[in-house]
Amino acid sequence: MDAPHSMGTTIIGMEYAEGVILGADSRTTTGLYVANRASDKITQLTDNVYVCRSGSAADSQVVSDYVRYFLNQHTIQIGKAASVKTAATLVRELSYQNKSFLETGLIVAGWDIHEGGSVYGVPLGGTMLRLPFATGGSGCSYLYGFLDQAWQPNMSREDAEKLVVKAIALAIARDGASGGVVRTINVNAYGVERNFYAGDQLPLFYDELAPRPTLMQF
Amino acid sequence: MSTIGTGYDLSVTTFSPDGRVFQIEYATKAVDNSGTVVGVRCKDGVVLGVEKLISSKMLLEGSNRRIHAINRHAGMALAGLAADGRQIVTRARTEAANYLSFYGEDVPIKELSNRVAHYSHLCTLYWWLRPFGSSSIIGGYDIDGPQLYTIDPSGVAYRYYGAAIGKGRQAAKTEIEKLRLAQMTCREGVMAVAKIIYGVHDESKDKSFELEMSWVCDESKREHQRIPSDLLMEAKAMARDAQEDDLDAF
Repeated sequence: MDAPHSMGTTIIGMEYAEGVILGADSRTTTGLYVANRASDKITQLTDNVYVCRSGSAADSQVVSDYVRYFLNQHTIQIGKAASVKTAATLVRELSYQNKSFLETGLIVAGWDIHEGGSVYGVPLGGTMLRLPFATGGSGCSYLYGFLDQAWQPNMSREDAEKLVVKAIALAIARDGASGGVVRTINVNAYGVERNFYAGDQLPLFYDELAPRPTLMQF
Repeated sequence: MSTIGTGYDLSVTTFSPDGRVFQIEYATKAVDNSGTVVGVRCKDGVVLGVEKLISSKMLLEGSNRRIHAINRHAGMALAGLAADGRQIVTRARTEAANYLSFYGEDVPIKELSNRVAHYSHLCTLYWWLRPFGSSSIIGGYDIDGPQLYTIDPSGVAYRYYGAAIGKGRQAAKTEIEKLRLAQMTCREGVMAVAKIIYGVHDESKDKSFELEMSWVCDESKREHQRIPSDLLMEAKAMARDAQEDDLDAF
């Protein structure tokens, strides 16, 4: 119960035609115990920028809180919305300068008026890399090949969302530290939209059992 | 000519009974006595021009520059005490570099101007400091387009379409107001600024001067740079001819 909470996780950030989709599973573990089976790993930094968190739950929360604070002040100072690049740079700066204390991999994604949708991966150690799609967490190993083949530039909103959900479902199937529900956030010029996919809405793959209503009598 | 402060002008931390801080006003006088500096914002960029009064024939041409680059996309032209101006330039460069390092993007020109203004104002708050005897005109081109700001010794920044500081500012402002800046390109702006500076230069009162000009515009790929030498020569020649034409009008 007191062991550090870790988010063995699968997180994804992906560019599509009009913006970005962020997706994550919802399992938070302390050792083998699932401390929270419905966590929300996608956190807001500004109106137009969100971050997917993985690794140590505490570290990723604190980094997000600091960056939200800096961005809030920055937005007021410059008088307009912060860019995704600025948000990612702040996340990177904290990750890099405190690399010996932190253990968190983050994906910063959002929409701004000059670049449109952008996704930045900021893994352990504090690298910052802009990518068309980024994955993170313990489940990401299972997705590299899949996404290399499946991602196309300029997808529609529906296709991108389906791809993100399918990818996380695949990772959940193979990674014990990922599970629960799939949450997605879509950010584009028109705003932000959250979605939630419970277990029975996720696609099933080889050898998986379909969820069934319980046989217990109450 | 001197205003009588009657004891309220001895320190920058003293207000006068009518709400003025005389030390700041005296600092502004240092600016008003220096060579004219003009800035105009055209539709595709900003042009800066300086009437650099030459104090000695022994000075190498092009020395004692009055226009400095702050970063790739912004430049600053100075009026007033040269050494004070140098300090402000250094501070502006540091602010721009720090912003880039911290936020990962070039500093917006508005933010840069605000920071320089903040620094100038800082030096009006403590009795052990004196205000900067220097005003600057910042011309820059960022993601929101070309912008022009002035910062004075009191520490306020104003955004302008066209601005002038220094000796000939009144005459220069009158001329700038006649220009249709929103329709002008920077090439046309260069000619106009050269003409204005040659026009406000007082041959009788001052020694000779050197015209120093820079721009940041679409043609320079949004980078702050000195005017290409051929364009500068053309502008100088045209401005000189215009002065002679005016004399001939008698």
